[in-house]
Amino acid sequence: MDYFAGEYDVAVIGGGHAGAEAALAAARLGCSAILFTISLDAIGNLPCNPAIGGTAKGHLVREIDALGGEMARAADATMLQSRMLNLGKGPAVHSLRTQNDRAAYHIYMKRVLERQPNLDVKQAEITEVRVDEKGHVNAVVTAMGAVFGAKKVIIATGTYLGGKIFVGEYCEESGPDGTHPAKQLTASLRGLGLELRRFKTGTPARVQRGSINFAELEVQPGDEPVVPFSFDTDPATLKNKVVCHSNYTNADTHRVIMENIHRSPLYGGAIEGIGPRYCPSIEDKVVRFSDKPRHQFFIEPMGMDTEEMYLQGLSSSLPEEVQLKLYRTIKGLENVKIMRSAYAIEYDCIDPTCLWPTLETKAVPGLYGTGQFNGTSGYEEAAAQGLLAGINAARAVQGKEPITLERSSSYIGTLVDDLVTKGCLDPYRMMTSRSEYRLLLRHDNADVRLTPLGHEIGLISEARWKKFQTQQEEKRAEIDRLEKLTIPGSDELNALLERLGTTPLNGGIRAAELMRRPQVGYADLAPFDPQRPALDPHVVEQVEIEIKYAGYIKKQEAQVAEMHRLEGTPLPAGFDYKTISGLRLEAIEKLNRIQPANLGQASRISGVSPADIGVLHIWLTAQRRAEKHN
Amino acid sequence: MQTYLQENTAIAAVATPAGAGAVGIVRLSGMGALQIAEKVFRPSHSKTPLCGMKGYTGCLGRVETAEGQIDEAVAFVYRAPHSYTGEDVVELCCHGNTLLLQRVLDALLQAGAQPAGPGEFTRRAFENGKLSLDQAESVMELINAQSESGARAALAARDGALWKTISACTEQLLDASAHLTAWVDYPEEGVEEVENGALLATLREVEGRLNRLLEGYDAGRILRQGVDTVIAGRPNVGKSTLMNLLAGARRSIVTAIPGTTRDVVEDSVRLGRLVLRLSDTAGLRATDDPVEQAGVEIARERLASCDLAFAMFDSSRPLEEEDLELAALLKGRPCVAIINKTDLERRLDTAKLTESFGAVVEMSANTGKGVEDLTAAVEGLLLSESFDPAQPALVTARQKDCVRRAASAIGEACGALEMGLTYDALSVCIDEATDALLELTGGRATIDVVDRVFEKFCVGK
Repeated sequence: MDYFAGEYDVAVIGGGHAGAEAALAAARLGCSAILFTISLDAIGNLPCNPAIGGTAKGHLVREIDALGGEMARAADATMLQSRMLNLGKGPAVHSLRTQNDRAAYHIYMKRVLERQPNLDVKQAEITEVRVDEKGHVNAVVTAMGAVFGAKKVIIATGTYLGGKIFVGEYCEESGPDGTHPAKQLTASLRGLGLELRRFKTGTPARVQRGSINFAELEVQPGDEPVVPFSFDTDPATLKNKVVCHSNYTNADTHRVIMENIHRSPLYGGAIEGIGPRYCPSIEDKVVRFSDKPRHQFFIEPMGMDTEEMYLQGLSSSLPEEVQLKLYRTIKGLENVKIMRSAYAIEYDCIDPTCLWPTLETKAVPGLYGTGQFNGTSGYEEAAAQGLLAGINAARAVQGKEPITLERSSSYIGTLVDDLVTKGCLDPYRMMTSRSEYRLLLRHDNADVRLTPLGHEIGLISEARWKKFQTQQEEKRAEIDRLEKLTIPGSDELNALLERLGTTPLNGGIRAAELMRRPQVGYADLAPFDPQRPALDPHVVEQVEIEIKYAGYIKKQEAQVAEMHRLEGTPLPAGFDYKTISGLRLEAIEKLNRIQPANLGQASRISGVSPADIGVLHIWLTAQRRAEKHN
Repeated sequence: MQTYLQENTAIAAVATPAGAGAVGIVRLSGMGALQIAEKVFRPSHSKTPLCGMKGYTGCLGRVETAEGQIDEAVAFVYRAPHSYTGEDVVELCCHGNTLLLQRVLDALLQAGAQPAGPGEFTRRAFENGKLSLDQAESVMELINAQSESGARAALAARDGALWKTISACTEQLLDASAHLTAWVDYPEEGVEEVENGALLATLREVEGRLNRLLEGYDAGRILRQGVDTVIAGRPNVGKSTLMNLLAGARRSIVTAIPGTTRDVVEDSVRLGRLVLRLSDTAGLRATDDPVEQAGVEIARERLASCDLAFAMFDSSRPLEEEDLELAALLKGRPCVAIINKTDLERRLDTAKLTESFGAVVEMSANTGKGVEDLTAAVEGLLLSESFDPAQPALVTARQKDCVRRAASAIGEACGALEMGLTYDALSVCIDEATDALLELTGGRATIDVVDRVFEKFCVGK
């Protein structure tokens, strides 16, 4: 028996990283919102590695923060260890990653959601999404029959949707970490015209700390000083609390795997879902890279209040007893005890080309998709989409123009454009190489790229905005000063230059000129620059990069400007490209399916050639001229 | 994608149909068309540079580059919006030789123009309101029809040497990028360090291959349009006789008075598998006659720019200072030494010549004895290695443009690497080069690199 349970602007299905950001953004932008989760105890869960960030993902976290999302603050508040990866490989690829306390992260996120005005949080399984006579969403229904009216619905179901777990021959319908799966929603979504498919992912075992012989392992300490994710966090409050460890598999491990490979559900054929290439199970690695004598893995603590340890790099869907056997072949793990077994999980998701760049589905107006439901993988990718969908759902309720992010603005924009334009054949993970503008999309300048937009949208506090503007003024003034400042030639300066491995000088030189030498840093010049103002390290970082990489940054900006001409030429929505003569058949088919928003997006669709773009160009001009005539 | 990205950039193409015609037109349209044309066009009489010319005016002059003159031409200037495309347009009317027109087009591309895409002039004309709405559809049909035939040609080229070379270079770049990416995106997965020396070696190797292709582009031209060949030597050594022998007609005036040939006489002759565009030049000697002096000067210039030189020596006379001067002038250039007049009594010390020249042929231009040896020597010199027709050769200006952009981006990457710049800056240059090559073979760097990372590297948590 259905009953009417309430009316909301925005309903969010799922309380993971996508759902949490979506619900918070909608509520913070003034909408009445409700978040449904199958288990309140699984809000903000880290069902796989207890870590946030990493290469390109760290950039996403920074961007989420710059736009006004929550993930960065949660990661800072619950971090156990922090590392800045890729130092020495260039500022564009510096990437922040923290190990986090899983339980603390969950509690943090649950509290933020609970205390958010305009937002209700409810434990319930949503089984149905309802639409009005025009096909626009208008309600969601729980398994217990409660009907919640909703103007917009955001799906953030993660691996819960049609979730099925595999451990060797064992297989069970289940969400992650032993939760209930969402069993009925898929049928409802299919009924609304969405096409669903199966993806899979996996996670390694959690083992008992006391059963590991740490004397045999390499120590992985954190980096000091800790750089926070959030522009709001005071770095002084952050300290490394734990170390991680690393170790290697060996020939014995690989032998155990190969002897039992027929018992893997993936190799045995039980799993139909497509797994992520970037996250291979240990049996995948051993089979596909059989020439590698060993594979590295990491042992990471799950939290301060637990003995559970995470074995990063050893995910598996082999039977439980094989898992134990293979782990025990490794030095230091001879007596290891498994507390939670490794498993593979299969779930329902969509082909993301059925989404608009706003993340609204094309088939069902008012229905948005995010996270793993859209075919991505990773907490950060999910949170980024959740934030964008939350913003757009709220703006749609309020009758405002939707927000779409260009590729050149952010990794978030790149992620969404890749999804809706190219789609994905396996779970999509962000990587620095996915961006052609990676010298512009650095983690240090996420605020420059996105905070003005976040402020305009209404997710950035006035205090934060003031701080941002002050820092930008300081940055500009300091760059200006360094461009004008002449450092006189001296023996001391030449001694420094020689020590840094660069050519000494015959006379004076502009400070900025000297900093353009790859070997010379801002800090190195301090003794020769007594007038230097005291600046926030964040400002110093931006000053240094903008001076050093000015030439390359300019070059990329020129590429962006070039692309802007195409991005700035809109294409009609809901258009049948069959009516344009001169387009090739394949192009017509792709254009009709993707319905690109502009020529730029059209040019990135595989199967649409430059000649097709030329044809579209002419057609648009003809349309414009015909309109003028009338 | 290049073409449609840059809306108003100047584009150039040969506008007249392929094949011989009396006149051929190379058209240049878009922003800066006049400035670009001015870089390669020298008015013969007019003091007004191209940029100063009014619309609907023409001017006689020469098309030339740093490497020398290409052709005589009349430049017609059209000012926006009064032109076919509605943009600033320059049309260079040259002689109707396909290969000559190709060289003129190359010069314009070198000077900053982009090769025009299929139907692009017409497209621009339409967009600038120069064609009626009715014509829109035919233009749209035309674009894809032309690009389809281009695609078919590209497909047919897949087995060709050019395709293989470009693909091999792309592979090398993708491998380098994938390694950089795996190393950067998976810093903790034991991906082998990217080592500066090895990376630089790879990049330099690809750069070399691409540069050889670019050089080969000119070599291909040599095969198709003839070898620019200069006959040089002391007066009365028998240059005109040789020319006449090869041409099979009395082309130059042959007398026994030294200094008879005062200007350059040209003719195209077939020698074995090659066509030589022969220039008979004034004999190299110090002279007070101003007309002959000018001729000598031209001869020297021609020697510096030609594809091939025949250095002629008189077997019946001892080596003189001017002979040695000629040998020095031709050092390092493709050249055959011809010891002429072997039908007369020998007074020449040939040892010195064999020392200076790689190829020495003895012959009598008078009797025709030794022509086979000359043919063999020339073929040996030009049809080996980089001049081998089976070797990859760039055929179109568009191909050359892509390869040139790739080579220049790799050059930049090497520069960044040598300067000690970090890998992020470097990888952007490598991607740019890869994208330029992928324009020829299909694909897109950012996607192909990601695919390759997972194919080749064992990465992932």
